[in-house]
Amino acid sequence: MSTKLYLGTRKGLLEAVRGPQGWQISRLSFLGIQVPMLLPDARSGTLHAAVEHGHFGTKMHASRDGGATWEGRACPTYPPKPEDYAEIINPMSQEPVPWTLKKIWALETGGNDGELWCGTIPGGLFHSTDHGASWQIVRSLWDHPARAKWFGGGAEWPGIHSILVDPRDRRRLLLAVSCAGLWETCDNGESWQNIGQGIRAEFMPPDQAHDPGIQDPHRIARAASQPDTLWMQHHNGIFVSHDSGRNWSEITNVTPSAFGFAVAVHPQDPQTAWFIPGIKDEFRIPCDAALCVTRTRDGGRTWEQLRNGLPQQHAYHLVYRHGLDVSADGRTLAFGSTTGSVWISEDGGDSWQRLSADLPPVYCVRFG
Amino acid sequence: MPTVEFTVNLAHQTQAPKCRVNGKNVRECLQAVFDQHPALRGYVLDDQHAVRQHVVVFIDGTAIRDRRTQSDAVKQDSELFVMQALSGG
Repeated sequence: MSTKLYLGTRKGLLEAVRGPQGWQISRLSFLGIQVPMLLPDARSGTLHAAVEHGHFGTKMHASRDGGATWEGRACPTYPPKPEDYAEIINPMSQEPVPWTLKKIWALETGGNDGELWCGTIPGGLFHSTDHGASWQIVRSLWDHPARAKWFGGGAEWPGIHSILVDPRDRRRLLLAVSCAGLWETCDNGESWQNIGQGIRAEFMPPDQAHDPGIQDPHRIARAASQPDTLWMQHHNGIFVSHDSGRNWSEITNVTPSAFGFAVAVHPQDPQTAWFIPGIKDEFRIPCDAALCVTRTRDGGRTWEQLRNGLPQQHAYHLVYRHGLDVSADGRTLAFGSTTGSVWISEDGGDSWQRLSADLPPVYCVRFG
Repeated sequence: MPTVEFTVNLAHQTQAPKCRVNGKNVRECLQAVFDQHPALRGYVLDDQHAVRQHVVVFIDGTAIRDRRTQSDAVKQDSELFVMQALSGG
């Protein structure tokens, strides 16, 4: 069981530890500053944190002692914008897409020691081979002509929020972009394909609803024990793929709702996945203001509503894309909400205990 | 020589002392400071070398006009202040 939990919040990075008396918050770093993304790299024992100052931009920090001390690391930076660059116009807002870092929205380990991948808003993918000491933008994706179709969903500008590295082949990556669907490379970023047949977007005119390039996958997660199985929380529902994301099946029998942002998959059981449902679009609150987690243990055929320990009256918690995590044991889960509550389960979601109800909005939850 | 002074909040993050520098415009003055304190650059300018969206630079009490390339002229006795913009907080 994991005994350490990191929370990236609106007002800093919190660490919780599991002691004999249960889980307790033990440390705060970067007081007052947003921490939108975290990455505990178990290979090197390094904790990476993206720290977003309201005025002074994003900085990267790393800790080699679990968060006790921090050192500055390089921040992904966009290359100089060419003087003759023809602006890409966001098709929804008709405004130019910025050529500058707006937010770190994904951070994952690569297949080699020291290799990291970083997804950003407004859509740049960055690669590091030296533990984050330096970053290079992946020009093949940034310069891809299809990027002209990308648009913001939720955020003002398009962004890469999920990066899945194939554990069998480090050169094979799958990205999820809001809103540009799924992008796959099989050659370490030399070339890219927009994949994802079977996904459906209700937010577009009917003739474009199945276009893989305009989809809004809110989050994707891979089944570690069966890497071809992926689960997706999409703006329009829940989908599952058994061929690494090329084809998807929609799962429609989910109650109380198939809308949400986050998804977690059991590390040893590809049939088990968790979601946190809500009412979509104009509400974005738990159904009937009663918080629950949905779980399938049979690949999506049946679903359970897990409510034990979660508030069932006047609960207006929303859980963002990176706000849910499952630890390596498949039984310990945690999620954090926009209204500053964090819950932990040690029985696969059957019951939940609230770590705190008084935290800042929670953006990122990761077990250490 | 112009002086460049930074909001005290920057000192919580990195070295940002008041400096007396050579420079005919804001860009040259800031560059002279960054030469001495390289970590300061990323807090004031973005990755395209523009003044960050929520940072504002004043010359003798007036906000600069050219936030992209900082070409606003400074006088030899000018005082530059690098502040947090209210838009960001």
